[in-house]
Amino acid sequence: MTVDWNYILIIPVAVGALVFALFLVWWERRLLGWWQDRLGPNRVGPFGVLQALADAIKLLMKEDWLPPFGDRAFFIMAPAIVAGSMLMAYVIVPFGPDLYITDSNIAILFFLAMSSLAVYGVLLAGLSSNNKYAMLGGLRAAAQMVTYEVFMGLSLMGVVIHAGSFSLVDIVESQRDMWYIFPQCVGFLIFFMAGLAESHRLPFDLPEAEHELTAGFHTEYSGMKFALIMAAEYLAMVLTSALVVTLFFGGWLAPSFIPGAEYIPPVVWFGAKTLVFIHLFVLLRAAIPRPRYDKLMSLGWKVLLPLSLLNLLVTGGVSLWLQT
Amino acid sequence: MWSQLRTLWTVFQHTFMRNETVQYPDEMPYAAPRYRGRIILTRDPDGEERCVACNLCAVACPVDCIALQKTEREEDGRWYPEFFRINFSRCIMCGMCEEACPTYAIQLTPDFELCEYNRDSMVYEKEHLLINGPGKYPDYSFWGVAGKTIEGKDKGEARNEAPPTDFRSLMP
Repeated sequence: MTVDWNYILIIPVAVGALVFALFLVWWERRLLGWWQDRLGPNRVGPFGVLQALADAIKLLMKEDWLPPFGDRAFFIMAPAIVAGSMLMAYVIVPFGPDLYITDSNIAILFFLAMSSLAVYGVLLAGLSSNNKYAMLGGLRAAAQMVTYEVFMGLSLMGVVIHAGSFSLVDIVESQRDMWYIFPQCVGFLIFFMAGLAESHRLPFDLPEAEHELTAGFHTEYSGMKFALIMAAEYLAMVLTSALVVTLFFGGWLAPSFIPGAEYIPPVVWFGAKTLVFIHLFVLLRAAIPRPRYDKLMSLGWKVLLPLSLLNLLVTGGVSLWLQT
Repeated sequence: MWSQLRTLWTVFQHTFMRNETVQYPDEMPYAAPRYRGRIILTRDPDGEERCVACNLCAVACPVDCIALQKTEREEDGRWYPEFFRINFSRCIMCGMCEEACPTYAIQLTPDFELCEYNRDSMVYEKEHLLINGPGKYPDYSFWGVAGKTIEGKDKGEARNEAPPTDFRSLMP
Protein backbone atom coordinates (compact mmCIF):
# COMPACT_ATOMS: atom_id res chain seq x y z
CA MET A 1 0.00 0.00 0.00
CA THR A 2 1.39 3.36 -0.94
CA VAL A 3 1.22 6.17 1.56
CA ASP A 4 0.02 9.49 0.28
CA TRP A 5 2.57 11.87 1.71
CA ASN A 6 0.16 14.74 1.43
CA TYR A 7 -1.62 13.31 4.46
CA ILE A 8 1.25 14.61 6.58
CA LEU A 9 -0.26 18.01 5.97
CA ILE A 10 -3.30 17.10 8.07
CA ILE A 11 -1.71 18.10 11.36
CA PRO A 12 -0.18 21.40 10.21
CA VAL A 13 -3.39 22.33 8.43
CA ALA A 14 -5.60 21.51 11.43
CA VAL A 15 -3.33 23.21 13.94
CA GLY A 16 -2.63 26.09 11.58
CA ALA A 17 -6.32 26.66 10.89
CA LEU A 18 -7.17 26.69 14.60
CA VAL A 19 -4.30 29.02 15.47
CA PHE A 20 -5.16 31.23 12.54
CA ALA A 21 -8.78 31.34 13.71
CA LEU A 22 -7.55 32.30 17.17
CA PHE A 23 -5.50 35.20 15.91
CA LEU A 24 -8.22 36.16 13.48
CA VAL A 25 -10.43 36.93 16.46
CA TRP A 26 -7.87 39.46 17.63
CA TRP A 27 -7.27 40.85 14.15
CA GLU A 28 -10.99 41.20 13.52
CA ARG A 29 -11.43 43.10 16.76
CA ARG A 30 -8.65 45.46 15.79
CA LEU A 31 -10.13 45.97 12.33
CA LEU A 32 -13.56 46.63 13.77
CA GLY A 33 -11.92 49.06 16.15
CA TRP A 34 -10.27 51.00 13.35
CA TRP A 35 -13.45 51.07 11.33
CA GLN A 36 -15.32 52.44 14.30
CA ASP A 37 -12.57 55.00 15.00
CA ARG A 38 -11.38 53.06 18.01
CA LEU A 39 -8.13 51.22 18.59
CA GLY A 40 -9.30 47.74 19.47
CA PRO A 41 -7.34 45.43 21.78
CA ASN A 42 -3.79 46.79 21.75
CA ARG A 43 -2.39 46.26 25.21
CA VAL A 44 -1.45 42.57 25.54
CA GLY A 45 1.89 42.12 23.84
CA PRO A 46 3.02 44.06 20.76
CA PHE A 47 -0.04 45.60 19.06
CA GLY A 48 -2.17 43.41 21.31
CA VAL A 49 -1.27 40.23 19.41
CA LEU A 50 -1.18 38.22 22.59
CA GLN A 51 -4.81 39.13 23.27
CA ALA A 52 -5.65 36.01 21.27
CA LEU A 53 -3.58 33.86 23.64
CA ALA A 54 -5.01 35.59 26.67
CA ASP A 55 -8.53 34.91 25.40
CA ALA A 56 -7.67 31.28 24.75
CA ILE A 57 -6.25 30.85 28.25
CA LYS A 58 -9.27 32.54 29.74
CA LEU A 59 -11.66 30.29 27.85
CA LEU A 60 -9.71 27.17 28.83
CA MET A 61 -9.67 28.15 32.49
CA LYS A 62 -13.35 29.02 32.65
CA GLU A 63 -15.87 26.86 34.38
CA ASP A 64 -17.34 24.41 31.91
CA TRP A 65 -20.95 24.65 32.91
CA LEU A 66 -23.47 22.08 31.76
CA PRO A 67 -27.09 23.19 31.94
CA PRO A 68 -28.84 20.77 34.29
CA PHE A 69 -32.09 21.28 32.39
CA GLY A 70 -30.64 20.44 28.97
CA ASP A 71 -29.86 17.31 27.05
CA ARG A 72 -26.31 16.72 28.18
CA ALA A 73 -25.15 14.23 25.58
CA PHE A 74 -26.13 16.39 22.63
CA PHE A 75 -25.06 19.52 24.43
CA ILE A 76 -21.53 18.15 24.67
CA MET A 77 -21.58 16.71 21.17
CA ALA A 78 -22.81 19.79 19.33
CA PRO A 79 -19.66 21.98 19.46
CA ALA A 80 -17.55 19.02 18.42
CA ILE A 81 -19.79 18.45 15.41
CA VAL A 82 -19.67 22.10 14.39
CA ALA A 83 -15.91 22.47 14.76
CA GLY A 84 -15.14 18.97 13.50
CA SER A 85 -17.11 19.26 10.30
CA MET A 86 -15.60 22.66 9.58
CA LEU A 87 -12.09 21.32 10.15
CA MET A 88 -12.82 18.30 7.96
CA ALA A 89 -13.70 20.57 5.08
CA TYR A 90 -10.13 21.90 5.10
CA VAL A 91 -9.05 18.54 3.71
CA ILE A 92 -9.96 19.60 0.18
CA VAL A 93 -8.59 23.14 0.17
CA PRO A 94 -5.67 23.39 -2.28
CA PHE A 95 -3.16 25.81 -0.78
CA GLY A 96 -0.68 25.45 -3.62
CA PRO A 97 0.09 23.36 -6.72
CA ASP A 98 1.12 20.35 -4.63
CA LEU A 99 0.08 21.61 -1.28
CA TYR A 100 -3.23 19.98 -0.44
CA ILE A 101 -4.22 17.12 1.78
CA THR A 102 -6.24 15.35 -0.85
CA ASP A 103 -7.39 16.07 -4.37
CA SER A 104 -10.73 14.39 -4.35
CA ASN A 105 -12.84 14.15 -7.49
CA ILE A 106 -15.86 15.08 -5.38
CA ALA A 107 -14.18 17.90 -3.49
CA ILE A 108 -17.01 20.41 -3.94
CA LEU A 109 -19.59 17.88 -2.90
CA PHE A 110 -17.47 17.04 0.15
CA PHE A 111 -17.35 20.71 1.11
CA LEU A 112 -21.12 21.03 0.72
CA ALA A 113 -21.64 17.89 2.77
CA MET A 114 -19.42 19.13 5.56
CA SER A 115 -21.07 22.52 5.70
CA SER A 116 -24.43 20.75 5.85
CA LEU A 117 -23.20 18.62 8.74
CA ALA A 118 -22.27 21.78 10.60
CA VAL A 119 -25.95 22.70 10.53
CA TYR A 120 -26.66 19.65 12.69
CA GLY A 121 -24.19 20.87 15.24
CA VAL A 122 -25.79 24.30 15.42
CA LEU A 123 -29.28 22.85 15.51
CA LEU A 124 -28.39 20.35 18.23
CA ALA A 125 -26.67 23.07 20.23
CA GLY A 126 -29.82 25.13 20.06
CA LEU A 127 -32.23 22.36 20.89
CA SER A 128 -30.23 20.58 23.59
CA SER A 129 -29.76 23.78 25.57
CA ASN A 130 -33.48 23.69 26.40
CA ASN A 131 -33.58 27.45 26.49
CA LYS A 132 -35.99 29.60 24.54
CA TYR A 133 -33.33 31.87 23.08
CA ALA A 134 -31.18 28.93 22.12
CA MET A 135 -34.14 27.17 20.56
CA LEU A 136 -35.14 30.22 18.53
CA GLY A 137 -31.54 30.55 17.42
CA GLY A 138 -31.40 26.88 16.51
CA LEU A 139 -34.64 27.12 14.54
CA ARG A 140 -33.41 30.15 12.67
CA ALA A 141 -30.09 28.46 12.02
CA ALA A 142 -31.80 25.39 10.64
CA ALA A 143 -34.13 27.34 8.34
CA GLN A 144 -31.49 29.81 7.21
CA MET A 145 -28.78 27.27 6.57
CA VAL A 146 -31.03 24.80 4.82
CA THR A 147 -32.25 27.63 2.59
CA TYR A 148 -28.83 28.92 1.73
CA GLU A 149 -27.41 25.44 1.33
CA VAL A 150 -29.66 24.92 -1.68
CA PHE A 151 -28.28 27.61 -3.88
CA MET A 152 -24.82 27.48 -2.40
CA GLY A 153 -24.54 24.19 -4.22
CA LEU A 154 -26.39 25.46 -7.30
CA SER A 155 -24.21 28.54 -7.59
CA LEU A 156 -21.12 26.34 -7.76
CA MET A 157 -22.48 24.24 -10.62
CA GLY A 158 -21.64 26.97 -13.10
CA VAL A 159 -18.00 26.68 -12.13
CA VAL A 160 -18.22 22.92 -12.38
CA ILE A 161 -19.66 23.21 -15.91
CA HIS A 162 -16.80 25.50 -16.94
CA ALA A 163 -14.10 23.32 -15.41
CA GLY A 164 -15.73 20.00 -16.19
CA SER A 165 -14.63 18.65 -12.84
CA PHE A 166 -15.56 18.62 -9.16
CA SER A 167 -11.91 18.51 -8.15
CA LEU A 168 -10.66 21.82 -6.78
CA VAL A 169 -7.17 21.27 -8.19
CA ASP A 170 -8.61 20.80 -11.68
CA ILE A 171 -10.80 23.86 -11.20
CA VAL A 172 -7.81 26.00 -10.27
CA GLU A 173 -5.76 24.64 -13.16
CA SER A 174 -8.56 25.37 -15.62
CA GLN A 175 -8.50 29.03 -14.56
CA ARG A 176 -5.11 29.67 -16.13
CA ASP A 177 -6.69 31.58 -18.99
CA MET A 178 -9.45 33.35 -17.13
CA TRP A 179 -10.64 33.49 -13.56
CA TYR A 180 -14.19 32.24 -13.18
CA ILE A 181 -15.24 35.49 -11.56
CA PHE A 182 -15.72 36.87 -15.10
CA PRO A 183 -18.09 34.29 -16.60
CA GLN A 184 -19.55 33.41 -13.20
CA CYS A 185 -19.94 36.75 -11.44
CA VAL A 186 -23.55 35.95 -10.56
CA GLY A 187 -22.46 32.60 -9.22
CA PHE A 188 -19.75 34.31 -7.20
CA LEU A 189 -22.15 36.80 -5.64
CA ILE A 190 -24.62 34.08 -4.73
CA PHE A 191 -21.93 31.80 -3.37
CA PHE A 192 -20.47 34.62 -1.31
CA MET A 193 -23.81 35.48 0.22
CA ALA A 194 -24.55 31.83 0.86
CA GLY A 195 -21.12 31.48 2.45
CA LEU A 196 -21.91 34.41 4.71
CA ALA A 197 -25.13 32.72 5.73
CA GLU A 198 -23.45 29.34 6.16
CA SER A 199 -20.79 30.69 8.48
CA HIS A 200 -23.55 32.79 10.11
CA ARG A 201 -21.48 35.89 10.13
CA LEU A 202 -23.00 39.33 10.16
CA PRO A 203 -25.12 40.51 8.36
CA PHE A 204 -26.58 36.99 8.26
CA ASP A 205 -25.98 36.10 11.89
CA LEU A 206 -29.63 35.69 12.73
CA PRO A 207 -29.03 32.41 14.60
CA GLU A 208 -26.92 34.41 17.06
CA ALA A 209 -28.50 37.86 16.78
CA GLU A 210 -27.17 39.03 20.11
CA HIS A 211 -29.51 42.01 20.20
CA GLU A 212 -32.64 39.90 20.21
CA LEU A 213 -31.58 36.38 21.24
CA THR A 214 -28.73 37.10 23.70
CA ALA A 215 -26.38 34.72 21.92
CA GLY A 216 -28.82 32.59 19.96
CA PHE A 217 -28.00 28.93 19.74
CA HIS A 218 -24.91 29.17 21.98
CA THR A 219 -26.54 31.10 24.80
CA GLU A 220 -25.88 28.32 27.30
CA TYR A 221 -22.33 27.57 26.20
CA SER A 222 -19.30 28.60 28.18
CA GLY A 223 -15.63 27.84 28.42
CA MET A 224 -14.08 25.52 25.90
CA LYS A 225 -17.35 24.54 24.25
CA PHE A 226 -18.08 28.16 23.51
CA ALA A 227 -14.53 28.51 22.21
CA LEU A 228 -15.10 25.57 19.86
CA ILE A 229 -18.28 27.13 18.48
CA MET A 230 -16.54 30.45 17.98
CA ALA A 231 -13.57 28.70 16.39
CA ALA A 232 -15.96 26.95 14.03
CA GLU A 233 -17.44 30.28 13.00
CA TYR A 234 -14.01 31.67 12.19
CA LEU A 235 -12.96 28.43 10.50
CA ALA A 236 -16.05 28.66 8.33
CA MET A 237 -15.21 32.25 7.47
CA VAL A 238 -11.66 31.31 6.44
CA LEU A 239 -12.93 28.26 4.59
CA THR A 240 -15.49 30.25 2.64
CA SER A 241 -12.84 32.83 1.75
CA ALA A 242 -10.46 30.10 0.66
CA LEU A 243 -13.14 28.47 -1.48
CA VAL A 244 -14.19 31.76 -3.06
CA VAL A 245 -10.57 32.27 -4.00
CA THR A 246 -10.16 28.72 -5.26
CA LEU A 247 -13.35 28.65 -7.28
CA PHE A 248 -13.61 32.16 -8.65
CA PHE A 249 -10.27 33.92 -8.25
CA GLY A 250 -7.80 31.40 -9.58
CA GLY A 251 -6.70 29.86 -6.30
CA TRP A 252 -2.93 29.82 -6.06
CA LEU A 253 -2.47 31.10 -9.64
CA ALA A 254 -0.66 34.40 -9.86
CA PRO A 255 -2.74 37.16 -11.43
CA SER A 256 -1.43 37.71 -14.95
CA PHE A 257 -2.32 41.41 -14.96
CA ILE A 258 0.42 42.11 -12.40
CA PRO A 259 3.83 41.90 -14.12
CA GLY A 260 6.33 39.72 -12.29
CA ALA A 261 3.62 38.17 -10.17
CA GLU A 262 4.70 34.65 -11.14
CA TYR A 263 7.95 35.02 -9.16
CA ILE A 264 6.03 35.09 -5.91
CA PRO A 265 5.30 31.57 -4.65
CA PRO A 266 1.76 30.33 -5.34
CA VAL A 267 1.04 29.72 -1.66
CA VAL A 268 1.61 33.40 -1.00
CA TRP A 269 -0.85 34.30 -3.71
CA PHE A 270 -3.40 31.93 -2.27
CA GLY A 271 -2.91 33.38 1.20
CA ALA A 272 -3.06 36.96 -0.01
CA LYS A 273 -6.27 36.44 -1.96
CA THR A 274 -7.83 34.61 0.97
CA LEU A 275 -6.89 37.43 3.31
CA VAL A 276 -8.60 39.92 1.02
CA PHE A 277 -11.84 38.01 1.35
CA ILE A 278 -11.46 37.56 5.09
CA HIS A 279 -11.14 41.33 5.32
CA LEU A 280 -14.22 41.70 3.18
CA PHE A 281 -16.09 39.46 5.64
CA VAL A 282 -15.03 41.67 8.52
CA LEU A 283 -15.88 44.81 6.58
CA LEU A 284 -19.37 43.47 5.94
CA ARG A 285 -19.73 42.84 9.64
CA ALA A 286 -18.62 46.36 10.44
CA ALA A 287 -20.83 48.05 7.87
CA ILE A 288 -24.08 46.24 7.22
CA PRO A 289 -26.90 45.76 9.71
CA ARG A 290 -28.73 42.50 10.13
CA PRO A 291 -31.83 42.10 7.94
CA ARG A 292 -35.18 41.11 9.33
CA TYR A 293 -35.60 37.36 9.45
CA ASP A 294 -38.46 37.10 6.93
CA LYS A 295 -36.56 39.37 4.53
CA LEU A 296 -33.60 37.06 4.78
CA MET A 297 -35.73 34.06 3.90
CA SER A 298 -37.58 35.78 1.08
CA LEU A 299 -34.29 37.06 -0.33
CA GLY A 300 -33.05 33.50 -0.31
CA TRP A 301 -36.04 31.78 -1.85
CA LYS A 302 -37.40 34.51 -4.10
CA VAL A 303 -34.26 36.16 -5.43
CA LEU A 304 -31.14 34.09 -4.96
CA LEU A 305 -32.59 30.68 -5.76
CA PRO A 306 -34.16 31.74 -9.12
CA LEU A 307 -31.01 33.71 -9.93
CA SER A 308 -28.77 30.73 -9.31
CA LEU A 309 -31.03 28.47 -11.36
CA LEU A 310 -31.01 31.00 -14.17
CA ASN A 311 -27.26 31.28 -13.91
CA LEU A 312 -26.95 27.51 -14.15
CA LEU A 313 -29.29 27.41 -17.14
CA VAL A 314 -27.46 30.13 -19.04
CA THR A 315 -24.04 28.70 -18.24
CA GLY A 316 -25.10 25.24 -19.35
CA GLY A 317 -26.75 26.59 -22.51
CA VAL A 318 -23.79 28.71 -23.49
CA SER A 319 -21.28 25.95 -22.93
CA LEU A 320 -23.43 23.51 -24.95
CA TRP A 321 -23.71 26.09 -27.71
CA LEU A 322 -19.95 26.60 -27.70
CA GLN A 323 -19.39 22.85 -27.96
CA THR A 324 -21.56 22.41 -31.04
CA MET B 1 -27.98 47.53 -2.86
CA TRP B 2 -26.25 50.77 -3.85
CA SER B 3 -26.65 52.19 -0.36
CA GLN B 4 -25.07 49.08 1.10
CA LEU B 5 -22.09 49.33 -1.21
CA ARG B 6 -21.75 52.97 -0.26
CA THR B 7 -21.90 51.98 3.40
CA LEU B 8 -19.09 49.51 2.82
CA TRP B 9 -17.01 52.18 1.16
CA THR B 10 -17.69 54.71 3.90
CA VAL B 11 -16.73 52.25 6.59
CA PHE B 12 -13.62 51.28 4.66
CA GLN B 13 -12.54 54.91 4.50
CA HIS B 14 -12.43 54.91 8.28
CA THR B 15 -9.31 52.75 8.06
CA PHE B 16 -7.41 55.91 7.29
CA MET B 17 -9.07 58.17 9.81
CA ARG B 18 -7.78 59.19 13.18
CA ASN B 19 -8.96 57.17 16.14
CA GLU B 20 -10.96 58.89 18.78
CA THR B 21 -9.56 56.71 21.53
CA VAL B 22 -7.79 58.41 24.42
CA GLN B 23 -5.59 55.79 26.05
CA TYR B 24 -6.59 56.95 29.46
CA PRO B 25 -4.06 55.86 32.05
CA ASP B 26 -1.24 56.68 29.64
CA GLU B 27 -2.60 59.95 28.32
CA MET B 28 -5.01 62.05 30.32
CA PRO B 29 -8.24 63.07 28.65
CA TYR B 30 -9.06 66.76 28.55
CA ALA B 31 -11.54 67.78 31.22
CA ALA B 32 -13.07 71.25 30.82
CA PRO B 33 -12.53 73.75 33.67
CA ARG B 34 -16.20 73.43 34.57
CA TYR B 35 -16.09 69.62 34.47
CA ARG B 36 -18.05 68.18 37.37
CA GLY B 37 -15.67 65.99 39.30
CA ARG B 38 -14.43 65.80 42.88
CA ILE B 39 -16.01 68.35 45.21
CA ILE B 40 -13.92 70.85 47.14
CA LEU B 41 -14.55 73.52 49.75
CA THR B 42 -12.88 76.83 48.92
CA ARG B 43 -11.62 79.74 51.00
CA ASP B 44 -12.27 83.42 50.42
CA PRO B 45 -9.44 85.78 49.38
CA ASP B 46 -8.55 86.35 53.03
CA GLY B 47 -7.92 82.68 53.54
CA GLU B 48 -10.99 82.06 55.67
CA GLU B 49 -13.51 79.35 55.01
CA ARG B 50 -16.24 80.45 52.64
CA CYS B 51 -18.77 77.94 53.87
CA VAL B 52 -21.37 79.49 56.16
CA ALA B 53 -23.00 76.13 57.03
CA CYS B 54 -26.37 77.17 55.56
CA ASN B 55 -27.16 73.56 54.66
CA LEU B 56 -28.50 74.51 51.21
CA CYS B 57 -26.10 72.09 49.53
CA ALA B 58 -27.25 69.27 51.76
CA VAL B 59 -30.85 70.13 50.90
CA ALA B 60 -30.16 70.38 47.19
CA CYS B 61 -28.25 67.12 47.08
CA PRO B 62 -30.51 64.56 45.39
CA VAL B 63 -28.69 61.61 46.92
CA ASP B 64 -28.17 63.10 50.37
CA CYS B 65 -24.45 62.60 50.37
CA ILE B 66 -23.60 65.85 52.16
CA ALA B 67 -23.73 66.15 55.93
CA LEU B 68 -22.67 69.19 57.95
CA GLN B 69 -23.36 71.00 61.19
CA LYS B 70 -23.34 74.73 61.80
CA THR B 71 -21.40 76.40 64.54
CA GLU B 72 -20.32 79.99 65.22
CA ARG B 73 -16.85 81.34 65.63
CA GLU B 74 -16.35 82.87 69.08
CA GLU B 75 -14.18 85.83 68.09
CA ASP B 76 -16.24 87.41 65.29
CA GLY B 77 -19.55 85.56 65.04
CA ARG B 78 -18.96 84.08 61.61
CA TRP B 79 -20.84 80.92 60.87
CA TYR B 80 -18.86 77.90 59.76
CA PRO B 81 -19.43 74.14 59.60
CA GLU B 82 -18.34 72.20 62.63
CA PHE B 83 -17.98 69.18 60.42
CA PHE B 84 -18.55 68.82 56.72
CA ARG B 85 -18.75 65.35 55.28
CA ILE B 86 -19.32 64.21 51.71
CA ASN B 87 -19.85 60.55 50.98
CA PHE B 88 -18.36 60.21 47.51
CA SER B 89 -19.56 56.66 47.14
CA ARG B 90 -23.03 58.19 46.90
CA CYS B 91 -22.20 61.42 45.12
CA ILE B 92 -23.41 61.52 41.51
CA MET B 93 -21.44 64.66 40.57
CA CYS B 94 -24.62 66.46 39.56
CA GLY B 95 -23.34 69.86 40.68
CA MET B 96 -26.58 70.83 42.41
CA CYS B 97 -24.67 71.69 45.58
CA GLU B 98 -22.50 74.08 43.65
CA GLU B 99 -25.57 75.75 42.16
CA ALA B 100 -27.27 75.98 45.53
CA CYS B 101 -24.29 77.41 47.38
CA PRO B 102 -24.79 81.12 48.12
CA THR B 103 -21.14 81.70 48.94
CA TYR B 104 -19.32 79.82 46.16
CA ALA B 105 -17.84 77.68 48.90
CA ILE B 106 -18.62 74.28 47.46
CA GLN B 107 -17.25 73.74 43.96
CA LEU B 108 -16.71 70.85 41.61
CA THR B 109 -13.31 70.27 40.05
CA PRO B 110 -12.15 68.48 36.89
CA ASP B 111 -10.56 65.71 38.94
CA PHE B 112 -12.53 62.54 38.35
CA GLU B 113 -10.12 59.94 39.67
CA LEU B 114 -11.97 58.95 42.81
CA CYS B 115 -10.97 55.36 43.24
CA GLU B 116 -10.35 53.68 46.55
CA TYR B 117 -9.84 50.12 47.66
CA ASN B 118 -11.86 50.73 50.79
CA ARG B 119 -15.38 52.05 50.79
CA ASP B 120 -14.76 54.05 53.94
CA SER B 121 -12.05 55.97 52.16
CA MET B 122 -14.71 57.47 49.92
CA VAL B 123 -16.11 59.47 52.82
CA TYR B 124 -14.33 62.83 52.77
CA GLU B 125 -14.21 64.98 55.90
CA LYS B 126 -13.73 68.73 55.95
CA GLU B 127 -9.96 68.47 56.16
CA HIS B 128 -9.98 66.48 52.92
CA LEU B 129 -12.38 68.83 51.17
CA LEU B 130 -10.94 72.21 52.11
CA ILE B 131 -8.39 73.68 49.74
CA ASN B 132 -6.11 76.63 50.32
CA GLY B 133 -7.45 78.82 47.53
CA PRO B 134 -10.56 80.57 46.30
CA GLY B 135 -11.28 78.15 43.42
CA LYS B 136 -13.29 79.46 40.50
CA TYR B 137 -14.25 82.91 41.87
CA PRO B 138 -10.99 84.34 43.18
CA ASP B 139 -12.29 87.78 44.25
CA TYR B 140 -15.51 86.81 45.93
CA SER B 141 -15.80 87.11 49.66
CA PHE B 142 -19.23 86.45 51.12
CA TRP B 143 -18.65 88.21 54.41
CA GLY B 144 -17.36 91.24 52.54
CA VAL B 145 -20.63 91.73 50.69
CA ALA B 146 -23.16 90.26 53.10
CA GLY B 147 -25.30 92.49 55.25
CA LYS B 148 -24.87 90.41 58.37
CA THR B 149 -22.96 91.93 61.21
CA ILE B 150 -19.77 90.26 62.24
CA GLU B 151 -16.93 91.43 64.39
CA GLY B 152 -15.12 94.27 62.60
CA LYS B 153 -17.89 94.95 60.09
CA ASP B 154 -21.13 96.57 61.08
CA LYS B 155 -24.36 97.09 59.13
CA GLY B 156 -23.85 99.15 56.01
CA GLU B 157 -20.13 98.59 55.88
CA ALA B 158 -20.15 95.80 53.36
CA ARG B 159 -19.00 96.42 49.83
CA ASN B 160 -21.69 98.06 47.65
CA GLU B 161 -23.93 98.37 50.67
CA ALA B 162 -25.66 101.65 51.52
CA PRO B 163 -25.70 102.66 55.18
CA PRO B 164 -28.94 101.61 56.87
CA THR B 165 -31.79 104.12 56.66
CA ASP B 166 -32.71 105.79 59.88
CA PHE B 167 -36.49 105.93 59.37
CA ARG B 168 -37.02 108.11 62.42
CA SER B 169 -34.95 110.88 60.91
CA LEU B 170 -36.66 113.63 58.89
CA MET B 171 -33.57 114.51 56.94
CA PRO B 172 -33.67 113.58 53.23
